[in-house]
Amino acid sequence: MRWGVVVFPGSCDDQDVYDCLTQVLRQKVEFLWHKDRLKEKLDCIVLPGGFSYGDYLRAGAVARFSPIMEGIVEFAREGGLVLGICNGFQILCESGLLPGVLTRNTQLQFVCRPVYLRLEETDTPFTCAGKKNQLLRLPVKHGEGCYYADPVTLERLQKNRQILFRYVDSKGKTSAAANPNGSVDHIAGVCNEGRNVMGLMPHPEDASEKILGSEDGLKIFSSIVEACEKTEKRAWLG
Amino acid sequence: MARLETKESAPPSLSPEGIASHGLTEEEYRKIVELLGREPNFTELGVFSVMWSEHCSYKSSKNLLKLLPTEGPAVLQGPGENAGVVDIGDGQAAVFKIESHNHPSFIEPYQGAATGVGGILRDIFTMGARPIASLNSLRFGSFDHPRTRYLLNGVVAGIGGYGNCVGVPTVGGEVFFDECYNANILVNAFTLGIAKKERLFPGKATGEGNSLIYVGAKTGRDGIHGATMASESFSQRKETRRPTVQVGDPFTEKLLLEACLELMEQDYLIGVQDMGAAGLTSSSAEMAGRGGTGVELDLSLVPLREKGMTPYEILLSESQERMLLVVKKGSEEAAKRIFERWDLDAVVVGKVTPDRLFRASFNGEEVVRIPIAALTAEAPVYHRPAERPQSQDEIQKLELSQVEVPKDLGATLKNLLDSPNIASKRWVYRQYDQFVRSNTVVAPGADAAVIRIKGTDKGLALTVDGNGRYCYLDPYVGGILAVAEAARNLACVGAHPLGLTDCLNFGGPENPAVMWQFSEVIRGMRDSCTALAVPVVSGNVSFYNETDGVPIYPTPVVGMVGLLPKVERHVTPWFKSSGDLVVLLGRNREELGGSEYLKLAHGLVRGTPPWIDLRLERAVQQCCLKAIERGMIRSAHDISEGGLAVALVECCVGGSEKSLGVKIDLPETMRQDARLFGESQSRIIVSIKENDLSRLETIAEKEGVPVQVLGEVGGSRFIIQPLIQLAVDELKSVWSDGLERRLQ
Repeated sequence: MRWGVVVFPGSCDDQDVYDCLTQVLRQKVEFLWHKDRLKEKLDCIVLPGGFSYGDYLRAGAVARFSPIMEGIVEFAREGGLVLGICNGFQILCESGLLPGVLTRNTQLQFVCRPVYLRLEETDTPFTCAGKKNQLLRLPVKHGEGCYYADPVTLERLQKNRQILFRYVDSKGKTSAAANPNGSVDHIAGVCNEGRNVMGLMPHPEDASEKILGSEDGLKIFSSIVEACEKTEKRAWLG
Repeated sequence: MARLETKESAPPSLSPEGIASHGLTEEEYRKIVELLGREPNFTELGVFSVMWSEHCSYKSSKNLLKLLPTEGPAVLQGPGENAGVVDIGDGQAAVFKIESHNHPSFIEPYQGAATGVGGILRDIFTMGARPIASLNSLRFGSFDHPRTRYLLNGVVAGIGGYGNCVGVPTVGGEVFFDECYNANILVNAFTLGIAKKERLFPGKATGEGNSLIYVGAKTGRDGIHGATMASESFSQRKETRRPTVQVGDPFTEKLLLEACLELMEQDYLIGVQDMGAAGLTSSSAEMAGRGGTGVELDLSLVPLREKGMTPYEILLSESQERMLLVVKKGSEEAAKRIFERWDLDAVVVGKVTPDRLFRASFNGEEVVRIPIAALTAEAPVYHRPAERPQSQDEIQKLELSQVEVPKDLGATLKNLLDSPNIASKRWVYRQYDQFVRSNTVVAPGADAAVIRIKGTDKGLALTVDGNGRYCYLDPYVGGILAVAEAARNLACVGAHPLGLTDCLNFGGPENPAVMWQFSEVIRGMRDSCTALAVPVVSGNVSFYNETDGVPIYPTPVVGMVGLLPKVERHVTPWFKSSGDLVVLLGRNREELGGSEYLKLAHGLVRGTPPWIDLRLERAVQQCCLKAIERGMIRSAHDISEGGLAVALVECCVGGSEKSLGVKIDLPETMRQDARLFGESQSRIIVSIKENDLSRLETIAEKEGVPVQVLGEVGGSRFIIQPLIQLAVDELKSVWSDGLERRLQ
């Protein structure tokens, strides 16, 4: 399969994603420059973490207007897989590809620490290699990661099983202490209704090798590989 | 609007007051006139004032810094360049440096600290290296001082705000509180980058006719005379210096970083330097100085942020995120295209000349004409008087018989664990991105950080260390200990030291007592570097850390880098499994001078710092390294502030998840408080499997290191027989929350 990793000015984790996909998972990956139009035929596009355009306004607010995003919105509408990590999640929400918003952490500080995530749903291309209620240990590192959606939207997310990850403690239970940013309903990651676009705040690419202390992040990338390579799992791709 | 000053219209500010306000002495002014063969004009006076400032010229420290050993098998570039460089094998080099941003951070903590990070990052990528890890060493006043929390909050947020946005992880550091820093905090920032050995770029202007290209942010009026400010001491009026602090823009820095590294892959570039302290002036003059050439600048071409800026302001501005490139004649347009791709200004502002002059014109009129040598090689050098103050004898007196041993040693231990100097620094490092670039193997909280080098089996270990209190009590020994402890930190993770960078924070050099401290610290560092075979490859001197005549403790901070040939063999400080043996490498001595315990429990900063035998120090480090290489060490932790008891608690509770208990037998050999909290040097606590003991003893015997089995890992209690018995979970919460609790 073919991957694209978008490079906005201010992307920081683009190389991390690239290295993880090429070195660990031996995938074919290309960088997509923000000023270019999307041309290539790709299977999955990753919007990496960082501070696109400096994010001096609201995180992701400027990036959504970049030339590359036009093609990505179209690609997503046609069922292409789009994964947004951290700043990428913020951009997807700003672009309307994902519901909800990411606001300033409730403690008003940047937070960097390992967290536990509980995998809530497995019938998506981003989670199909995992098991329901499985715990993943990944780092978060963000200043604006507090997920918010209004009650009606939340109910819809719940009903459509679009909430894919929640922050939990090492025993798998949600709690205020285990929630690093005050996200509503402990939400760490969601997908769209079509289940082909996902955003999450934690960074799977920084926890995909034993030497880095956790390989749990691979679960997400290898789900995508599995979904794209096994035809029986390509249902989402239309 | 300011008028253009020329030689004919000597402005009134060349009065004695005008000269003094530029930080120049009368004698220095006479030397300027002598070197020029005439009076300088106002703009030239500004140029001399920044280039001859202590910050840029090292005029008071130069002759002493020469004492430090700077050569070693791995050294590719020693002091004198933008950063030091060591060989790490496989055609790769590690480029690193530490720098201070003390005064700006006290005046405006967020921006001061942020721009400190920005400056050190540029020093690294200007050499052709991609920055991959940062550290910082911070000193604040007493926690009860009304400004401390504000400063701590601002500095930590500023470091995070800048480093996180540029995408360079902060992987370690140290934070220390003491009232001597109440009115003069220390913010020392360290960055390391990786470069190809064959693609290092010097800060040199060579090749007549090659172009000087200005890249990055536009020039504004911020930071004018920052270098001069850094070269004077504070008084009560320091608030009025706020406009000399620059404002950082990490996004522009990130673009500049990527664009410069992209340019460096091509064949267009001759040399490059950051426009840091003293901006355009120092970057161009220093590059010409190193290249043995001259430079000619047309200041009317410099991209400006504000209208009406004078040549004086353009030359002296310290606006951030700017670099000066020396590009091969004919390659200018190709180089500019790379910066345009990243939406950055890139303008040819001058060229390299053979005349060895620093010349600048503005609107067609020459406004500066100074021999390069007058600004660099011929800048003043001072042999300042140094004298040991008589009060030193008094400070060193410590009558231990008058110091009462606490009744409840468990309570004393808890007080130590709860104190801001010893408690977990989690509140600080959680505000830093520790993982970006996906290389972080050992994150903040261990003796040293470990990062892997992608595409190899190697790793690098990094640490910053310094203890001002030891240096205050005995600067010579303090200098030895700063280097020794940094090297010991590296040994604890399994890394062999390659080189160090130092940030020497002192009071004003005109004070003979300060100069004595400075020369003693240098002597101590020299002896320690020699004995432990660690060369100094870069550094920074920060004088004038004093307020109203009262200097801070002399505070050398050592940043050291070591190599792990196999990164997967690294070791962390935390106990791993029940049943492992706890073993002490080294020897306990009855000494309490300068200890955290003496300060906290008895309010005393007295005595002499811990004794050290550099042969034993080296032996202990070698023993630890060899045992790690042979795979028998499960955990290793250096004993430092708080002594054996605190170090043991850290081994039990410092890891990320599970805590483990420990049971120790400590025979009655000396006073109880010295046994528990003394800070004897050259000691490492290791844990091993029981059946590895005889192998460890064999190594230790060969190295001449005393080995003592202290006890065993396991259970849920922290037991030091017969003195302390507490629940590990209780100690964990005291230690984990000590800092956070005070900040809420």
